[in-house]
Amino acid sequence: MALLEIENLTKHFFRLSALSGVSLNVEPGELLGVIGPNGSGKTTLFNCVTGVLPPSGGHVLFRGEDITGRTADAVYQRGIARTFQLIQLFPEMTVLENMLVAAQEKTGTLLSRLLRREETKETTRAQELLEFLGIARLQDNLASNLSYGQQKLLDFGMALMSDPQLILLDEPMAGVNPTMINNLMGHIVELNGRGYTFVLIEHNMEVVMSLCRRIVVLSQGERIAEGTPAEIADNPLVLDAYFGR
Amino acid sequence: MARARWPLLAALALCLLLPLVLDQYKLYVLSLTLVYVILAIGLNLTLGYAGQISLCHAAFMAFGSYAVAILGQHGVPFEMGLVLGVALAFGWGLVLGFPALKVKHHYLAMVTLGFNIIVFLVLRNWESLTGGSFGISNVARPVWGPVSFKSDRAFYFYILAWAAVVVASAYWILHSRWGRAFRAIRENEMRAEVVGVSLRNYKLMAFAIGAAYAGTGGALFAPLLGYIDPGAYTLDRSIQFLMMVVLGGLGRFEGPFIGALVVTVLPEVLRGSEGLYLIIYAVAVIIMMLFMPKGLVGLWDLAWRFSKSRTSPSTSSASLR
Repeated sequence: MALLEIENLTKHFFRLSALSGVSLNVEPGELLGVIGPNGSGKTTLFNCVTGVLPPSGGHVLFRGEDITGRTADAVYQRGIARTFQLIQLFPEMTVLENMLVAAQEKTGTLLSRLLRREETKETTRAQELLEFLGIARLQDNLASNLSYGQQKLLDFGMALMSDPQLILLDEPMAGVNPTMINNLMGHIVELNGRGYTFVLIEHNMEVVMSLCRRIVVLSQGERIAEGTPAEIADNPLVLDAYFGR
Repeated sequence: MARARWPLLAALALCLLLPLVLDQYKLYVLSLTLVYVILAIGLNLTLGYAGQISLCHAAFMAFGSYAVAILGQHGVPFEMGLVLGVALAFGWGLVLGFPALKVKHHYLAMVTLGFNIIVFLVLRNWESLTGGSFGISNVARPVWGPVSFKSDRAFYFYILAWAAVVVASAYWILHSRWGRAFRAIRENEMRAEVVGVSLRNYKLMAFAIGAAYAGTGGALFAPLLGYIDPGAYTLDRSIQFLMMVVLGGLGRFEGPFIGALVVTVLPEVLRGSEGLYLIIYAVAVIIMMLFMPKGLVGLWDLAWRFSKSRTSPSTSSASLR
């Protein structure tokens, strides 16, 4: 059974069709690339899957369960985490607090979160992840005081905090310097090797082509192609979508 | 945040000792300040921490005041009135939380503002229950068998005890995971939801707990004055609480203490200047807002940073938390 099944997903903004009947499956343990020109519906796809936007039609199944139209917090608790193209952090909270927020709502009840004070386990995990990402020394800084690249890493770290089964990365390399790109690619490959499943939206073709074994191409809200990096690179439809006829 | 503990204990010690030296009127102003601290802590939780604007704090306060006043007329003990008032405020806080799930910022301000006006009108027009514009006089102070809190001094200590309960419980809540979730919602609502924070649960709770504190303050306010009427629960009063919280420092635990003290004591100090006092007061507030956008707590931060940078030049501003 596929980990994530997207069936015929549709999203309209008034009369504009951002997604029209997109279907795709994500298999456990894979690292799937999603590419397409600007405005092709990639981020809208993520938003509809994670509950940030309610889809207009179609279904999203996660581990066989229909999660279509669930609120974002419910989707997260089921094990889907994501990062954002435009960084979304809690600027006036420390790096460590940003990480802890991302862990605290995964389990337990509302009341247990009021009564349980002990956080050693979460703090240790957060510190290990920050260590892994190389920003551990910044843990007591406010998130707003971090550089752009460090904020991207924190955003990525938060997505890992809840130990999710599926991580959706929305242009993690955009605006990041080449050293940091290599750094991030290394992290993704290593985590993928440990069993994390990723879906990656990325404009940097080198990155997508080297990381992903399977790529899906969106154009104007429709899925126009799917295949290995080599197949995608030779697909005339894809070239049309990017460069026009 | 742990450094908030010592100033708190110092303030408590000061509040215990002050009645020895204060005359009756000053003791009254101090009692009123404590009541306002309780109310401001509630609004700081809703607005300062969770970022949900509320302009109906005086309406929540009214539930507490009228519950103890009306039940007191029928000989019901003060504490039962207080519990009922707090429960009513909590319930209506939940109800007011629902619009906060749909609207934000100034739209939410309009909704809560409207609620304050409705409550005021109900208090004024439901004469059989509330006494209408004449209000209710001789609101009884609590009596525990042989122990009476009727004297101003005794009632001051009674208020102080409740203030301690409110401060301790607010400290507990805001330093739990709820406090972190509240701040996350204030900082970035969408991101908070995407890391699993239930906006519904926490926004409703932020409103309801803030309202419950307002109910507590209101319940103590009525017997302190001994007389209540709808005029005490208007929008003006809600804005006064807003001012306390903003002046003190939004989303800072120390904020409500400083804000309530300034907003209550400053007009008293300026009273000597006759008609000018409102103008001086207003100008003082404008100046404070212009130069201390983070509230008076911001001054404390500056002083702290200054003293730290002198002792150890290498510490960065980021270690302030």
